Amino acid sequence: MIAYALTFAISAFGLGLLLNLWRVISGPDHSDRILALDTMVINAIALLILLGITLGTTIFFEVSMLFALVGFVSTVSYCRFLLRGDIIE
Amino acid sequence: MPFWVELTVTVFLVIAGVFGFVGSYGLIKLPDPMSRLHAPTKATTLGVGGVLIASMVYFYATTGRISAHELMVTLFLLLTAPITALFIAKVHLHLRKTPKDLPSAGEGSGWASYTAAGPARGVRDFPRQPEEPAPAPATPR
Repeated sequence: MIAYALTFAISAFGLGLLLNLWRVISGPDHSDRILALDTMVINAIALLILLGITLGTTIFFEVSMLFALVGFVSTVSYCRFLLRGDIIE
Repeated sequence: MPFWVELTVTVFLVIAGVFGFVGSYGLIKLPDPMSRLHAPTKATTLGVGGVLIASMVYFYATTGRISAHELMVTLFLLLTAPITALFIAKVHLHLRKTPKDLPSAGEGSGWASYTAAGPARGVRDFPRQPEEPAPAPATPR
């Protein structure tokens, strides 16, 4: 039963990644592209944890924690660069 | 593995998959940037929360220990999702909108994002509102 639910969740998040990629490519504005990249990071975190459940290892929690940190910092620095023309003033 | 563990993990995984897909689909479907901001920052965060709860229950059942990593990831995502949403909304407001495009804030000073003296140095497509001219000094008679 868990295997079917894992397949469903992995395919849902993978399809979500493809939709985000479509928004990154066709996004009419900077803010749409930043938002789509941030959503891609969140979907990738979910896929990493689902991969950890599938393989039965807990090593992917550190990976997803680091991925969340890097995604947050990159999103905020991209927005700050667009707003202020500088990241660290 | 006991049945209630399988049932809980399955339910949380299905709920998380539905929420994650709805969040990503709303990013495609919704018409303008401010409503597109609404879909992923709420729904996808809920989806990741469901995946993390399922993972906690699963690894508690298999290894017998409660791991705090999932709680840390959930806390971090719940803390940072509003901050990124605020920054993306500020980018949209300052690059593509003028204060005339927005509805009235209902207060005397207007929208706080525009009245701050700050973001004048970056990329802007519209001229800033001119400052109020300083009142003329009273002439001594």
